[in-house]
Amino acid sequence: MIVAENLGKEFRDKDRGVIRAVGNLSFCCHPGQIYGLLGANGAGKTTTLRMLATILTPTSGTASVAGFDIRQEPEKARQNLGFLSTATALYGRLTALEMVEYFGCLHGLDRASARRRTLALFERLDISAFLDRRCEALSTGLKQRVSIARTLVHDPPVMIFDEPTSGLDVISARTMVDFIRECRASGKTVVFSTHVMSEAEKLCDTIGIIHDGRLLAEGSLQELRACYGHADLEEIFMRVVGG
Amino acid sequence: MNLRNIAVVYRKELKDSLRDRRTVISMIVVPIFLMPVLTIFVGVLSARLIGRAMLEVPSVMIIGGEDSPQILAALHALQDIQVVPATPDYGQQIIDKKIRAAVELPPDFDVLIAHGDTARVRIDMYQGEINSGFGADKLQKFFRDFRERTIRQRLEARHLPGNLAEPLLVEETNVAPPEKVGGVVLGGLVPYFVIILALTGTMYPAMDLTVGEKERGTIETILCSPISRMNLVLGKFLMVLTASLSTAALAVASMGVTLAAASKMVGGLSQISTMGLQFQMTPRSVIWVFAMIVPLAVLFSAALLAISLFAKSFKEAQSYLSPLTIVVIAPAVVSILPGVELNARLSLVPILNTSLVCKEIVSGTYHWGYIALIFVSSCVYAAVALWVAIRLFQREDVLFRI
Repeated sequence: MIVAENLGKEFRDKDRGVIRAVGNLSFCCHPGQIYGLLGANGAGKTTTLRMLATILTPTSGTASVAGFDIRQEPEKARQNLGFLSTATALYGRLTALEMVEYFGCLHGLDRASARRRTLALFERLDISAFLDRRCEALSTGLKQRVSIARTLVHDPPVMIFDEPTSGLDVISARTMVDFIRECRASGKTVVFSTHVMSEAEKLCDTIGIIHDGRLLAEGSLQELRACYGHADLEEIFMRVVGG
Repeated sequence: MNLRNIAVVYRKELKDSLRDRRTVISMIVVPIFLMPVLTIFVGVLSARLIGRAMLEVPSVMIIGGEDSPQILAALHALQDIQVVPATPDYGQQIIDKKIRAAVELPPDFDVLIAHGDTARVRIDMYQGEINSGFGADKLQKFFRDFRERTIRQRLEARHLPGNLAEPLLVEETNVAPPEKVGGVVLGGLVPYFVIILALTGTMYPAMDLTVGEKERGTIETILCSPISRMNLVLGKFLMVLTASLSTAALAVASMGVTLAAASKMVGGLSQISTMGLQFQMTPRSVIWVFAMIVPLAVLFSAALLAISLFAKSFKEAQSYLSPLTIVVIAPAVVSILPGVELNARLSLVPILNTSLVCKEIVSGTYHWGYIALIFVSSCVYAAVALWVAIRLFQREDVLFRI
């Protein structure tokens, strides 16, 4: 489960002074649910997800990931989540097997268990033929599957995806969408960000529309349609952000 | 601090780095081959140049002496010089390397010698030019022999003993063992090379493990794993330290072997062996030089890790680290200068202190008080640098400085 309470983040810039990237953001996502943060570029989605993944520290508010406060117990929070974004690249000089095993070990698995889990995941993701190939030599689609294996090696109860289909071709994007659905089906708590309306429509149990770092609307697709009187999510989004 | 996690990161970084050609070159290839290649290159080149200069029969002009057929005949009879016709521009010809030297004889040279007077002879040469030096040396030797012969003849003519003009003989004897003499002459070069290589061996891995992660987009991947940032930086630091120490160790070993081989090779040359340059590094000195390099390697590793992490890109990191090379080379060069001796104040100057104490160790002198002081002060500097590196890894504005 993920609970964000008045989460806020400010950055200091030499020229522009204090910049508020996220302010007073609160939401909740339960196990077996997908919560989608929908927003334009620069809306604060990545900053929010980076705070949840404890890569960035909030300047106000807090959140809990699988029951662990991200400020008080960041390492335990990270232990219970898998984080995937277009910025989470692979180590090019490691093989696919070594890459996933390494993260298994970092999550506390012994080498034998990490290897066992990695091989099982590679089998499931149909990439066993590439386990000895260096990551730098893999295609984009294969890299994405290795990244998925990396996030799943410790079987986390919480998954966070930051624009996971950005830059992917149709087939790779489809693989990713199916994977997110699988995560929900297996009872994981899933939070993901996107600016693609169709993705949010297809995947999300709850959609949070974020703009200028603030959560402006929240609800299921049906609730948002009922509230704003439009069937099309894009129309709803434009009305919410005032475009 | 979680040792298991540090070890996991260290193993991964080591494996990753050893697969990187640039790291392997700076960490293994350069320290092994630099000293032998330099020694062979410099040795062969200098041997060739000196050999060629020694074998050359120098062209020499004799200025004056038309009224002194005896000295002219003696000079013309010399086999190892070639007398060429005199011209007024002999000075310019020496500068232009057309002739190697010129000898100016005073008027009535033969008469002056015959009458027991003093004849003033001038040898013109191009100072610092090796061929001209050898030409002048041959003329010097001729006139030295001529003078001794003349003194003997004059004493005999007066029925005086031959040793009258030699009231005393001064003999200079070297009491220092050859390795100490060699240590003073060449010992400074050993720490100089080791320190420079300990730094250069650190540079590439330090950049690769920090700003390299930023550029390749793996920094976010590793930061979302449960490892604490302190354990992460310690794992990375140990890898950079391994690179630095292995570079230094290989450099020390390579130098030991090269110098031992070079010493055997030059031992046969009488000119060099009389100088006592039978320079060898004993296993004890190798161990102590390496021990003194360890805290310096820690300092380099932590400092370079911190500086590289601060940079936005590889290019920016290189622009920060390149001037650092000069900062390190300067004190290392100072330690080679003659007259710079180890003292309590210099024992606190990082890099220079290690360089000086290693120079002493190589020549077989162990000042234990200074060694302890230098080791402790270097450890303090290294700890401060490591603390800075750990603090920087906690700062979001540094990690995500894009």
